[in-house]
Amino acid sequence: MTDNKVLFTKDMQKDYTILIPMMAPIHFQLLRNVLVHSRYNVELLENTGASVVEQGLKYVHNDTCYPALLVIGQMIDALKSGKYDVHKTALIITQTGGGCRASNYIYLLRKALKKADLGFVPVISLNLSGLDSQPGFKLSLSMLQKMLGALVYGDLLMDLSNQVRPYEVNHGTADQLCQHWIDDLSKQFDRRQGLSIGDMKRNMRDIVMSYAAIEREKKELVKVGIVGEIYIKYSPLGNNNLEKFLAEQECEVKLPGMMGFMLYCIYNGVEDVKLYGGGWAKKQLMGFVYSLVLKLEKMTIDAIRTYSDFEVPGSFPEMKEGAEKIIGLGAKMGEGWLLTGEMVELSKSGFKNIICTQPFGCLPNHIVGKGMIRKIREQDPECNIVAIDYDPSATQVNQENRIKLMLSIARENMKKAAGESAA
Amino acid sequence: MRLGIDIGSTTIKYVVLDDEGRCIDQDYQRHSCQITEKLIEVLQKVSAKYNQPAMALAVSGSAAMGLQEKCSLPFVQEVYATRIAATKTLSEVDCIIELGGEDAKILFLSGGLEVRMNGTCAGGTGAFIDQMATLLNLSAEEMNEAAKQAEKIYTIASRCGVFAKSDIQPLINQGADKEDLAASIYQAVVNQTIQGLAQGRKIEGSVVYLGGPLTFNSELRSAFDKTLKLTGICPENSLYYVAIGTAMLAEQPVSFAEAIQQLQTMDSSSFVRSLPPLFASEEEYQQFYNRHQRNQVRVHEPKEIIGRCALGIDAGSTTVKMVLINQQEEILYSMYQPNQGNALQLVREALIELFQKNPQMEIVSSCVTGYGEDLIRSAFGVDLGIVETMAHFTASRKYMPDVDFIIDIGGQDIKCFKIHNGTIDNIFLNEACSSGCGSFLQTFANALGYDIEDFSRLGLFAKHPVDLGSRCTVFMNSSVKQAQKDGATIDEISAGLSISVVKNALYKVIRTADARSLGKHIITQGGTFYNDAVLRAFEQELDTEVIRPNIAGLMGAYGCALHALRHCPNSSSLLTLKQLEEFHNEIRYVQCGLCNNHCRLTVNQFSDGRRYIGGNRCERPVTKKSTAQDLNIYAVKRELLGQYQPIPGSRGKIGLPLALNMMELLPFWYTFFTELGFEVVTSGFASLEKYQKAQNSIPSDTICFPAKLVHAAIQTLLDQQIPAIFYPCMTYNMREKNADNNYNCPVVAYYPEVIAANMQQVTECDFIYDYVGIHRKNDFPIKIHKILNQHFRLGLREVIKASKKAYEAYDQHLETIRQKGQEIITQAQLDDREIIVLAGRPYHADPLVSHDIDKLITSYGAAVISEDVINEEVGKKELGVWNQWTYHSRLYAAARYVAKQKKMNLVQLVSFGCGVDAITTDEVREILEAQGKIYTQIKIDEITNLGAVKIRLRSLFAALKQEEENHD
Repeated sequence: MTDNKVLFTKDMQKDYTILIPMMAPIHFQLLRNVLVHSRYNVELLENTGASVVEQGLKYVHNDTCYPALLVIGQMIDALKSGKYDVHKTALIITQTGGGCRASNYIYLLRKALKKADLGFVPVISLNLSGLDSQPGFKLSLSMLQKMLGALVYGDLLMDLSNQVRPYEVNHGTADQLCQHWIDDLSKQFDRRQGLSIGDMKRNMRDIVMSYAAIEREKKELVKVGIVGEIYIKYSPLGNNNLEKFLAEQECEVKLPGMMGFMLYCIYNGVEDVKLYGGGWAKKQLMGFVYSLVLKLEKMTIDAIRTYSDFEVPGSFPEMKEGAEKIIGLGAKMGEGWLLTGEMVELSKSGFKNIICTQPFGCLPNHIVGKGMIRKIREQDPECNIVAIDYDPSATQVNQENRIKLMLSIARENMKKAAGESAA
Repeated sequence: MRLGIDIGSTTIKYVVLDDEGRCIDQDYQRHSCQITEKLIEVLQKVSAKYNQPAMALAVSGSAAMGLQEKCSLPFVQEVYATRIAATKTLSEVDCIIELGGEDAKILFLSGGLEVRMNGTCAGGTGAFIDQMATLLNLSAEEMNEAAKQAEKIYTIASRCGVFAKSDIQPLINQGADKEDLAASIYQAVVNQTIQGLAQGRKIEGSVVYLGGPLTFNSELRSAFDKTLKLTGICPENSLYYVAIGTAMLAEQPVSFAEAIQQLQTMDSSSFVRSLPPLFASEEEYQQFYNRHQRNQVRVHEPKEIIGRCALGIDAGSTTVKMVLINQQEEILYSMYQPNQGNALQLVREALIELFQKNPQMEIVSSCVTGYGEDLIRSAFGVDLGIVETMAHFTASRKYMPDVDFIIDIGGQDIKCFKIHNGTIDNIFLNEACSSGCGSFLQTFANALGYDIEDFSRLGLFAKHPVDLGSRCTVFMNSSVKQAQKDGATIDEISAGLSISVVKNALYKVIRTADARSLGKHIITQGGTFYNDAVLRAFEQELDTEVIRPNIAGLMGAYGCALHALRHCPNSSSLLTLKQLEEFHNEIRYVQCGLCNNHCRLTVNQFSDGRRYIGGNRCERPVTKKSTAQDLNIYAVKRELLGQYQPIPGSRGKIGLPLALNMMELLPFWYTFFTELGFEVVTSGFASLEKYQKAQNSIPSDTICFPAKLVHAAIQTLLDQQIPAIFYPCMTYNMREKNADNNYNCPVVAYYPEVIAANMQQVTECDFIYDYVGIHRKNDFPIKIHKILNQHFRLGLREVIKASKKAYEAYDQHLETIRQKGQEIITQAQLDDREIIVLAGRPYHADPLVSHDIDKLITSYGAAVISEDVINEEVGKKELGVWNQWTYHSRLYAAARYVAKQKKMNLVQLVSFGCGVDAITTDEVREILEAQGKIYTQIKIDEITNLGAVKIRLRSLFAALKQEEENHD
């Protein structure tokens, strides 16, 4: 229903705490630090557990997708925890503006706040489309640049950690190193360093070399790729600690990075013009931004290739190429064709065992996830994909059972492959 | 020797293999949640029998999962185990179908190995069959025997157990034969397995059936055989394949003594999410008990009833209730019994007994409500019939005149209503998906080996009730499974189930966050609230005290009796004792031929020549009245769409699937292609037969029904061997003034991709599914020209011309609908009829999607228009949502318009699984309620039972009528 949104005014900048819901832990710690250094008083929410889900169920329509339920539940749970002065607290949430329900999260959040008698808490929309602006929160160009930097570094750290963690001789080394780099990079941002091309190249080299220096065991592990709806894919709260579970099952995990998603969002602007006609200017601008971000991705890949023997993550153009064989690039709602592309690319790069995570009833994933598995397997019969639904009542035992089935086959395939190469 | 143990959701099975891999010992038993104890028993038994201190062993099954971590017993995934066992013991198997207590699995062994398990939503199978058997009051064996005598198969929704149940219940109440129902249930399991698991892959070759349900039920096997058109085999040891495979995969010897020791000391409570106890102490319970004892309706049951009185009957889904009151509205007699699937006989016997015992009793008026209302009414000449909600409301008001909120949890449904100014203001009914109601608790109690009273009493003092979530029954099965795995005790599970029933009602049905919104005076009723655990959970969850009348279970019947007394006829038409004694009925089945639905009618022929027809979707077979005079825009839409007939052209045939957005864009594409000289053939409206034929190609079993029907539409075109099929991907829809953006929902936008990826047969024709943007009128002809020229030779100029015509035809089509709609509104206003805006999407015009709900509404005398008739401006700022989908923006506009109109109300059709509607329903509700309008939502799926829909609509009309009376 109609209501006037609560403004986040310039005055509020001074003494309001802005709460950010957690998603991908590495990336979001960096992002938080970017915001802190832009003089916003922000805090990254780390509350988890049953009460988060409970608050979500209570204040959000239960048929809404699980990520909305968790994000909103986490925020309301935090507001009600007594940890914050609710009259001095604001919330921030991303808004994509695409054809998926996610564009509506902010409205659902506002409705939920009202129901919880917290309607006075201002909500800031974080988006690049100029939706729902707030006077007290502006994304400056330099902030955008820093945030982009945070994502680039986040992807690199996540990927290298995943490649080292299962093989490290001294347990915990990779995670410690990752934390070290998060702190170090944040300090650099603070000094207005770390984001020029030169700085990035230097940092990337140092990061890659530091990971390469970790002592690792040589062993053959099952390789599992994770794709899916972006929140569920990255958030341990959303996927019931999937990465931890897979680590316990002795797997090496790979998650395609967030840069891919950024590039996908940007590229869709280009593709739209191509498919339906229209704005030359729009196409030029999007094309320009696209090539810029693409350069950053290439830098990351080059750094890994040059300074280590780590596996190089699939590049966005490769994902696109992989996707195109299966699905049209016009499918751009939610994770769209990128999800399909990630599955193809993972399989190509040796991660033939794939978990496709999705919130129960996620509309785009009916198409680009479950809908495409058959076609992917037609082209690549070795590909071992399991689709797992996540929602407040989908039980872990069910999810893990299905994953274990996938892993049983993965192990059998691995043995077979080992046998063949021996013979 | 090797030992394999399979611990499933209900049973524990083990096998011992000798060194040659032969099966030398096996056994199974139900474990009733006592997993650790039973496992220890098995280990002790095997150890003693073979006098071995250690053996290579492994465990498998859903309930065994935690054991690997907790006490280092090797674990094997059960589907994988099956595969290993099958490949080693059977030769040349192409496909294995294994049904377990709550799992269904298909393994494709030849031609690309694939293993599939049912998704979290597809429900159980063994447990489902048990549940259905309980419903039919048969044992599992009796059901199998009954199915052998079946003559016909009813269509029962196969999507999930709850849906199936709500299909079967009305059939039982209509008097369908148990034999036929039993066979229909097996068929539903077959359909569910094929649709849910095969997902487009054909089951063929040599098929093996495994698992309990398929081992024990020969008729289930033969249902599979018939459907798959093959003869599958059920091998020796078909129960034990998981255990055999597990034993085969067991490698490391495990010491029995050590394993038992570990199991005994295992910390089992570590992972359970627990809730506060229902009662902290016995005193607290006493207090609670005493408080509720005070809520008494006067019941005065004399030895003999003399004089004038009124009869109320509540023929519910699982129970029958009867109440007799005197002129002072005091209860003289009451009866509450399970209906055993035969309400008719039960009521007859009760009435006969009543008449015989009380010769001086005079029943001056009678009234019936509930699922069996129509049947009972026509069988026994009951004077009046009212909808359940009104019955409950009448009773509650008698008991507490200032009642604000009534919640009734019955055997199969939850009914809640808010009272405002003495009228029913808002009705909440559970949707077919979330009926975690009375019979649900009962089924669980039975499954765990208790009767319901004992079971729920167990929960009262549980220290740590388990948190089982608040979703539908099927999910609950797996939540319980998880709790069992984590070692929760029976009393904790019992309390947890009671709490989840309450949460389900509050958060899924009523959708409230706190008690304040319900009002001060809350009455709880329905049989389920006799259960103290449920009542207590309800008070705890709302943090308030509520009222449970002592006659909580009889309120419906009591309300009926009150209604009967207040609307006393001149002379009652209720059958006399003599007539009752002579009464008998015969049931025949016929297929209605009055329209294309071909409903299967159940005709009850009564001894005095009267008859009652059930199973009908509309009133035509009963009233024989044609629907021509109805004011119904959906009929108009169907007629309009029917006008687009193929015109032979020089460029040959092109096929359009009449589904999803094509339902509105047909005029556009038809005109476009006809202008270009194509002969445009459509798939026509959907039908159940078409759907069943194509359902095995649906990759996602939880997608909405309208999307599933696309498969049927495409299949229809393929069967006609149309050389080219056009079904474009469309991210964007036409721009309309009200919306922030003009997206299609993701499913509508990209479903052609799913078709291309999952219906192999489309490669045999020219399947054109490129991305098309009709929202850019000027670019469109150029883009579509390029796309089509990959398939045909077309000139740009003719494409431009055809495009122009297409846009005109589209505009004209929408304008016609608006005009016709306006005419309906004007006519209805002249006739002083209620107008219902049946709001959904353009594809709800398909009679299968909408289940003819439009016709149902007109049968109640109201006029029906749709959301796209209304042409209302909505400012962007006025909405609480991001208004980005074209179809959905019309809903908001319609709601805003309706909110301002008299004698006009909105009923929203929502597809099960539609994520977008989670957003639209809340917004539409808010818009309407802000203006004091009643919001009615109808959730639809494959489900064909219209019982719940009828309750909803009748309640709406009853409330509107009452409101009108209050105003006069």
